[in-house]
Amino acid sequence: MNEQSMNVLEIDNAVKRFGSLVAVGGVSMSVPKGELRAIIGPNGAGKTTFFNLISGFFAPTSGTIKFDGRDITAVSTHQRVKLGMARTFQVTEIFPELTVFENVRISTEVAAGYGLRAWVSRAERAAIESRVAEALALVGLSAKADRLVGELSHGDQRASEIAMALALRPHLLLLDEPTAGMGDQETHDIAKLIRRLHRESNFTIVLIEHDMRVVFHLADRISVLDQGRLLAEGTPKEIAANDSVQAAYLGKAA
Amino acid sequence: MSAQVRKLIVIAAIWLILLLAPYWMPPLGGYTALATRVLVLGLAAMSVNFLLGFTGVLSFGHAAFFGLGAYGTGLTLKYLVASTPLSIIAGILLGGVIGAVLGALIVRRRGVYFAMVTIAFGQVFYYIAFQWSSLTGGDDGLRGFSRQPLDFGLFKIDILTSSDAFYFFVLACFAIAVALMGFILRSPFGRTMIAIRENERRARFLGIPIERHIWIAFTLSCFFMAFAGALYALVNNFADPRGLHYSQSGDFVIMAVMGGMRTFWGPLLGAAVFVILQDYLSSVTVNWMSFIGLLFVAVVLFFPRGLLGVFQRRSEA
Repeated sequence: MNEQSMNVLEIDNAVKRFGSLVAVGGVSMSVPKGELRAIIGPNGAGKTTFFNLISGFFAPTSGTIKFDGRDITAVSTHQRVKLGMARTFQVTEIFPELTVFENVRISTEVAAGYGLRAWVSRAERAAIESRVAEALALVGLSAKADRLVGELSHGDQRASEIAMALALRPHLLLLDEPTAGMGDQETHDIAKLIRRLHRESNFTIVLIEHDMRVVFHLADRISVLDQGRLLAEGTPKEIAANDSVQAAYLGKAA
Repeated sequence: MSAQVRKLIVIAAIWLILLLAPYWMPPLGGYTALATRVLVLGLAAMSVNFLLGFTGVLSFGHAAFFGLGAYGTGLTLKYLVASTPLSIIAGILLGGVIGAVLGALIVRRRGVYFAMVTIAFGQVFYYIAFQWSSLTGGDDGLRGFSRQPLDFGLFKIDILTSSDAFYFFVLACFAIAVALMGFILRSPFGRTMIAIRENERRARFLGIPIERHIWIAFTLSCFFMAFAGALYALVNNFADPRGLHYSQSGDFVIMAVMGGMRTFWGPLLGAAVFVILQDYLSSVTVNWMSFIGLLFVAVVLFFPRGLLGVFQRRSEA
């Protein structure tokens, strides 16, 4: 296998303009299989826009996006999910009036290709339910399966959202600020969960994160975005020692 | 008592009340034809709610498909075949197929835009029915047809002169439609509808092709709506252009919201309240709609989840 096909994600010179605003101004990035990549950068650096390009929320103005070596620039969101890409959002996106179990079940059924089915057999239903149970166990929510998601704590809602993403059986997981708005304990729990998911399975994970402790603790490599451009890329050590990063980002935050 | 058992008891009670309506309504001052109207308009409100309450998509032009069902049935009886079942099927197909075509054109619109486009389409059909007098009877409506006895070969059921027999026939049709609706809502597809209602963005990123699913839900809802319209033509042996008008669509939405749009049975209750109040008030005052309007406002203010939503909330807890 050559080096190129080892990359789960290959973004070549992605640009996204909104009118005269350049949100992402030509970013190239490669994420190898199995890596946990963190994307950091100041507010307005274009991180979420960049994520939206990867997940197909909107199309880039120019540039290409390859997933598993296949050009998916023009592929629809739901097709990208079918190809094995799942994401969570900065503001938790769940089905608040349904139970945790029901949330994950929808995800599991769609992933199994039952989305248009009016009927499932007993065996199929049992298989679905065991997959749901598996995803819930993975994020530690088994005991809360019958609670309404809207009534859970912020941390548990996040975990539910991650369980929904996992139920899609992706091999690329995109997490947009998984610890946003969380206290220390919850942040710690989610970070531990992400670390465990990464270790136990073959996922490639790309995450946007503001909490530097989480980033430096979790990431294999870090990409720094600033004003829509890639400022630096490297191991946590390299990034911590990078002067321009210090100036643009860490310096400002300290 | 477990929630499951309680649910079964409630459903059994609903069907018992509906089944016995011809016997308990007259002593209470009602009449069987009123119960028939409740069923037909209840089915229409449930069809609107299939889309509004369970997919989160508001159509303000659904009366078009109701009216198309009615005209399809009436025209078939008048000009083509003297068969009640065939005319109903013709009405369902006319409304449903046109719904499928229009739906495909508008599923990308959302919220207010979707509602506006559905009003516009609805009015197109209203004016066609209104202007094309030679075929539709224009403003006077389509007359000159009547429902035919059901011929089962060995025996016939006279649903024309016996209002009780007609009620039971409509109830059977209602049961088929409602059972189908319930079945769909409980299926994986039905759950994707609810997912779209709850959070469209999340649903999209679970890999649900949103537009396709909304189109299917819209089309199904149009078929159910046309079924209700087909039955409505048979109630009075008459199809009225006002049945296609957007104000009629508004009435259906009022029934659904008043009864409880997050509930399965709410719209039927809403339709019952609407139809019975209309029947009673219109004999007292020509301004009956003002009173229904006031009631609607009161329900929305004090029971935002609708009349049935109040109970549902409690039984869920």
